[in-house]
Amino acid sequence: MHNILLSDTPLDIQQCIEWIRDTKSGGIDIFIGSVRDKTKDKEVVRLEFEAYESMAVGEMKKIADKSFSKWHLHKVLIHHRTGSLQPGEIPVIIAVSAAHRNDAFEACRFLIDTLKQTVPIWKKEVYVDGEVWVAAHP
Amino acid sequence: MKIEIIAFGIAKEIFEGDKITVELNDGATIADLKSRLEDKYNDLKTLSSYMIAMDSEYASNGMKIIQGKEIAIIPPVSGG
Repeated sequence: MHNILLSDTPLDIQQCIEWIRDTKSGGIDIFIGSVRDKTKDKEVVRLEFEAYESMAVGEMKKIADKSFSKWHLHKVLIHHRTGSLQPGEIPVIIAVSAAHRNDAFEACRFLIDTLKQTVPIWKKEVYVDGEVWVAAHP
Repeated sequence: MKIEIIAFGIAKEIFEGDKITVELNDGATIADLKSRLEDKYNDLKTLSSYMIAMDSEYASNGMKIIQGKEIAIIPPVSGG
């Protein structure tokens, strides 16, 4: 069972935890991304997230399906923000439940690492004195 | 054939807009499209990489472009 969401309003950690919990899972692993206030020495004012929505949702489903084929999992949740986020706000939540913790840990790491490589979502870091699309240039 | 390409992230800045139209020969491939785009928009070559998507699926260089499908340029992604 998976739960995929791309949203332009704040993500709800508590609701994600409630959705992922059940009586058959011995382990639940949750990754919460958070907007950092600094990149190297630069002060970050905000991040602006943009998505190719139809494809982003499709790619998130694909990586969720892939995690089910690689590990013994019960549920997978991937929620991601679009729009403008301040430091401390949450751009991404990934939650995985499994009978045993090792599957949950490994799948959670796979999901966030793969999301960063394949899901068509982009972020622009905005500083006091400029802005840059993250990872665009070598 | 005339193909419309939708753009995201830094590609919108390179194209100076969120969509462009290019004229390609019938039977053109994704590789043909990329080389046409790079001729017209040199700054694409400064990107770490970029992909083309057809109907919301990543398309490989050898694939033929099918008119009527939604074509998008996918610059390096940076979600999370």
